[in-house]
Amino acid sequence: MADGNVITAPGVPAAVAPPRKASTLQRVARRRSTLAFLMALPLLAVIGGLVAYPFFYAIYLSMLNKRMTSFVGIDNFSFLLTRETFQEVIWQSVLFAVGAVVAKALIGFILAHVLHALPAKGQRKWRGMLLVPWVIPPAISTLAWWWLFDPSYSAVNWLVSAVGVPPVAWLGEPSWARFSVILVNVWYGAPFFMIMYLAALKSVPDQLYEAAAIDGATGWQKLRHVTVPMMANIIAITVLFSLIVTFANFDIVRILTNGGPQDKTHIFGTYAFQVGIQSGDIPLGSAVSLFMFPILAVFAVFVLRGVTRRSKEMAG
Amino acid sequence: MAASGIGRRAALRAGAGVFAGGALAAPMVHAQGTGGRLALGFWDHWVGAAANDAIRAVVNDWAQKNRVEVVLDFITSVGNKNLITIAAEAQARQGHDILSFPTWEIHNHHRQLEPVDDVMGRLGQKYGAVNEASEYLAKIGGKWMAVPQTVGSQFKGSAARIDLMKQHAGIDVQAMYPAENRLGPGADQWNWETFLTAAQKCKDAGFPFALPAGTFTDATDWIGAMFRSYGADLVDAKGNITIRNNDKVRQVMDYAKRLFQHIPNEMFAADDATNNRALISGRSALIFNPPSAWAVAKRDAPDVARNVWHFPSPMGPAGHPVPHLPYFYGIWSFSRNKPTAKVLLEHLSQTEQVQKLVEASSGYDIPPFASMTEEIRVWRDVEPPRGTVYNYPVRPHHKATPNVAFAPAPAEIAVQMYNQGIQAKMIARMVQNNEPIDRVLGWATQEVEGFKRG
Repeated sequence: MADGNVITAPGVPAAVAPPRKASTLQRVARRRSTLAFLMALPLLAVIGGLVAYPFFYAIYLSMLNKRMTSFVGIDNFSFLLTRETFQEVIWQSVLFAVGAVVAKALIGFILAHVLHALPAKGQRKWRGMLLVPWVIPPAISTLAWWWLFDPSYSAVNWLVSAVGVPPVAWLGEPSWARFSVILVNVWYGAPFFMIMYLAALKSVPDQLYEAAAIDGATGWQKLRHVTVPMMANIIAITVLFSLIVTFANFDIVRILTNGGPQDKTHIFGTYAFQVGIQSGDIPLGSAVSLFMFPILAVFAVFVLRGVTRRSKEMAG
Repeated sequence: MAASGIGRRAALRAGAGVFAGGALAAPMVHAQGTGGRLALGFWDHWVGAAANDAIRAVVNDWAQKNRVEVVLDFITSVGNKNLITIAAEAQARQGHDILSFPTWEIHNHHRQLEPVDDVMGRLGQKYGAVNEASEYLAKIGGKWMAVPQTVGSQFKGSAARIDLMKQHAGIDVQAMYPAENRLGPGADQWNWETFLTAAQKCKDAGFPFALPAGTFTDATDWIGAMFRSYGADLVDAKGNITIRNNDKVRQVMDYAKRLFQHIPNEMFAADDATNNRALISGRSALIFNPPSAWAVAKRDAPDVARNVWHFPSPMGPAGHPVPHLPYFYGIWSFSRNKPTAKVLLEHLSQTEQVQKLVEASSGYDIPPFASMTEEIRVWRDVEPPRGTVYNYPVRPHHKATPNVAFAPAPAEIAVQMYNQGIQAKMIARMVQNNEPIDRVLGWATQEVEGFKRG
């Protein structure tokens, strides 16, 4: 027993040393939720520093006077609503965002179906090519579009002139300019919808289509009663995400038209920059940019409620 | 280690000794810089390395002689990076000691800038008065809040094709504004009506004048000079709105409507490069621009460049303003080395330094003191054609005045009218939308009323 081993009588359990009581800190550290929190802490710090803080700071700024010397409450917001130019900016932002998102969703939906129908071998190649607009930084691709629309070197006008059509002032006429900025946004964003819808399509069980076919469903009926309901949540989430990003767009309008002609292509982001940074009225610029928030918040609430309801229905 | 005869501990000791020696020696090095430290944020010149290197050399030379440790950053105006930097430093109350401030930024931030009356007083005694436009932008409440800088300051007079103007409009621009201190034949008739006739003829010949009418500065500057030349101020010096019932405003709007019948419609969305491209591509007979378009043409389209001549924009019934866009050096009030910053700014404003900067930019940069225009020879020598930029800076015999659009309105109102291109939008509404003049003037009045809020 020189080695200190303990001898116990047969059938009698060895006396086990009572486990040392873990400290509160150790207990907290062992919890899964604590670990999760620690792992998420860097992300929370980034969101706090780059999203939450600027958001609340923008609210604070929007309630100051132009010289940022006194608190004026909601004066900046009520002032903006009386301005004809800002009323147009609201309308244009809605037109730009809704028009672009609807077009992107439709084009993405069609492209996803076309890709889904392609044989697996060629599908990857087409998928890669169709994603190209989405992976090019928008500032660069918009510059390329700007060249295409440029009055001196317009390749688009060169093409249309080949068939005898007079040159179009793509960025100089208010209606064409609105069309052009939406077109570029659709070109850039449609691949995102396409890839999301393609993923959703691939997750629809084939048995549902087979069952529908046995019931004599036409192609349109399969689309309406099988495909769309099964994709509804993805469609809603994609539309919501895209609407937020499109409402907050800045680079496309800034590069193509700078809000012109006659402010007819200004959206919240570009107008906020013009008023806040360029004209030196940072509180008013903050107020302009914050107008996006309630519009998007209301939309997000409705969309997310729909998603939750459908998820419950499917689970039930 | 053992083999080399130096032990681990001995090596560490030796290393620590070297490190300690270096650390102790470092303050000795810094102690030579008795002038302290300066952080400079200067405008990143579009010319690029040549112009930036010139000012870097001037600053480094001064720093060495004065034993000042200098950190020099070049901040681009592309994407308004310089405006964003200024706004961020003003909010944070830290950053550079001296920054380059474009046109309106002195007024935007004058409460956070150090007055420089002492510097400007000495410079004024030596070189005479600063042009009115710079004074309007940087002298606030009787105090100079910034020093007008040469780098980046520019005029936006006419940059016209010698051959096309002669062939299609019958105007010999070289003879009209020769590279001498005199006006040639036709200069006394270089007014907006002559200009309109020339615009019409050149458009009919397929070389329309590329006159932007959007919200970028090239558009705002020339349209501002045109309004001023008719005496059509939208807001007077006291801040009163003078749009409705102003015959001069109606007169210039009527003129603009006639002029824009001969200007391509796409110019309503033109940016600051559209007019340059129109000239460089050989598709336009005239633009309003500094010699940057010519400089690019010299590299990319030499046949065009050797046919370009620079001279003032047209005169109007009420005067001969020429578009001007000055830059300024401002010292933040939170700078820790204001006296040294002032010494540097005074040094940069001396003719010897200004000459180096103007030469590096091939005559693009304009000094704030008219007296320097005669002393510096570069504008005589730049070619091709020789003398093309001689009349680019406003000279006494032009009988013209540098003009900032929307002056003399109080700057806090003018800056908003400027950045929102109110005059260009007035023209666009009338020309593109065919809106009646009274509705256009009513719209402009409402917009400007909004800019008056404090």
